[in-house]
Amino acid sequence: MIDVKDLVVSYGTATALEHVTLTVGRGELVALLGPNGAGKSTLANTLAGLLTPASGTVSIGGRLALIPEGRQLFPDLTVADNLALGGWRSGQRDPSPVYDLLPRLAELAGRRAGVLSGGEQQMVAFGRAMMSRPEVLVVDELSLGLAPNVTADLAAHLAELNRSQGLTVLLIEQNARLAFELCRRAYVLESGRVVTEGDSAELAGDPRVASAYLGGAIT
Amino acid sequence: MSAFLTYLLNGLAVGCAIALIASGLVVIHRVTGVVNFAQGTFAVVAGLCMSSLLGMGLPHGLSEVAAVLVAALAGLLTGLAAIGRRGTTALSALIITLGVGVLAYAVEIVLWGDQPRSAPGLAGSVIVAGARIQTQHLLVIGVTAATFVLLALFFGRTYLGKALTACASNPYAARVVGIDTRLMGLLAFALGGLLGGLAGVLVTPLRPISFDTDVTLIVNGFAAAVFGALTRPVITLAGALLLGVAETMAAGYGYGSHQLEIALGLMIVVMIVQAGRRPAVTQEST
Repeated sequence: MIDVKDLVVSYGTATALEHVTLTVGRGELVALLGPNGAGKSTLANTLAGLLTPASGTVSIGGRLALIPEGRQLFPDLTVADNLALGGWRSGQRDPSPVYDLLPRLAELAGRRAGVLSGGEQQMVAFGRAMMSRPEVLVVDELSLGLAPNVTADLAAHLAELNRSQGLTVLLIEQNARLAFELCRRAYVLESGRVVTEGDSAELAGDPRVASAYLGGAIT
Repeated sequence: MSAFLTYLLNGLAVGCAIALIASGLVVIHRVTGVVNFAQGTFAVVAGLCMSSLLGMGLPHGLSEVAAVLVAALAGLLTGLAAIGRRGTTALSALIITLGVGVLAYAVEIVLWGDQPRSAPGLAGSVIVAGARIQTQHLLVIGVTAATFVLLALFFGRTYLGKALTACASNPYAARVVGIDTRLMGLLAFALGGLLGGLAGVLVTPLRPISFDTDVTLIVNGFAAAVFGALTRPVITLAGALLLGVAETMAAGYGYGSHQLEIALGLMIVVMIVQAGRRPAVTQEST
C-alpha cells in the first residue's frame, strides 16, 4: 500500500532523508519511530505529495490522508468548515459520517477550531483526514502535547478503523510505548536513515531502541 | 449645513470607490500574503477600456461589464507574474506587482495615449435631506454596498470562499487537504482585478482617468487597507469611508490640493500605530 524505495529528500544542500526504504502492506498498522529532526515529518510530507523527492520512488496504492504534526487546523473556521474542507479531494462535504465515528465533533461543529483544546483539535484533525475517505492514513505525532487518556482514546479509534474497515495506517511517533502497543511492526528513523526495523515486540526488547525511547541517540 | 451634508454624502461615495480598490488589496493579501501594488492599475485599465468601448458605440452596461472583465484578466495576468512560479516569496511578488504597474504605464500610453479620458455615467442629481448629490455618487454607494455584501456571503457561506479563507488561515494545511494554494492565489488576483475594475468604471464618469491615476488610487486604497490591517474587510470599508469623507471635506472647505497628503498622513499614522502593536499580536498568535 505504501512502497518507498531508496528515497532521498533534500532542502537545498541539506539532505533530510537518505536512501529510505520502507513498506506498509494493505490493512497493516505500522509505526515509524525517531527523535526530533530525524526526518519523520519530511517523510510524511513526501508521502502526502507535498515535497518532491530528489531521487528514489514513492508508490501509494490508494487514497492517502495525512494528519500533520501539530494538528494544523484552520483556526478561524468552524469545526464543521474544517471537516468540510477535509473533503476537498473526495468531494464529500457532509460531515455526518465523521460525526458517527467521532460524536463529540457534532457537539463542537459550530465552534471555531482555534479555541478548542489540544485533544479536541487533534480529534478535528483526525475527522478532517477521514473526510477524504482514505485507504491509507499517515498520522504524524498523534500523541504530541496530549494527555495520555486523550491519546489512548484517539489510538483506540485508529485501531478500530484498522480492524473494521481495513484502514492502512503509518503511525509516526516519538512515543515508542504507544507505537509498540498499537502496531505489530515498526521502523526506526534517525538522521534521515532507517537504522532498524522489525516486529514491535522484538524492537521493544532492543536496548538501542530502549535508549531512543528514553530520548538518547541510537548507537 | 446643507454644504456639510453634501460634502458628507459625496465623501461617502468617494470613500466607497476607495473601499473597492482596498477590498481588492485585502482579498489578494488575505489569500496570498502579497501586497499588490498594481491594484490601482486594474481600475485605470477598466476606466480606459470603458471610455473606448462607449466611444465605439457599445451600450452602457455591456461596456462596463466588459471593462470589469478585462480588469479581472489583468488581475489574473498580474497574479501569474507575481505568484505563478512556486516558491516566490511575498516580498519578491510585491516587487513584481510594482514592476507590472510600471509596465502597464507603457501599455496604456501606447493604447490610449497620455491624456485623461472620461466617460458618461448616470446623469443628474437628487436632493437628500436638503443636500444635492449626483446620481452617479448614489450608484457608487449602492454598488459598493452590494459588493461588500456579496463578498461577505462568498467568503462566509460558499465552499470556494471558505477554501480561499483556508489558504489565508493556514496555507500548509490547505495543501494537506488537497487545495491548490497557487490556483487559489490566482483566483484571488482575478477577484482583486475585478474589484479594482469595478472601482474604475464607477469613478471614471466622476473624474477623468489617465495612465498615472493609479498612484492616487493605490495610495488611497492602501491607506484604507492598512487601516484594516490588510486582512479585515469591514474595518477597511470603515477606513475608506473615513478617508473619503475627510478628503472631500478638505476639498470642500478649500484644501483641495492636499487630498493626497491626507491619505498619506493617515496611512503613516496607522502604520506606525500598528507597528507598535505588532509584538503583542505576534505573541498571541504563537
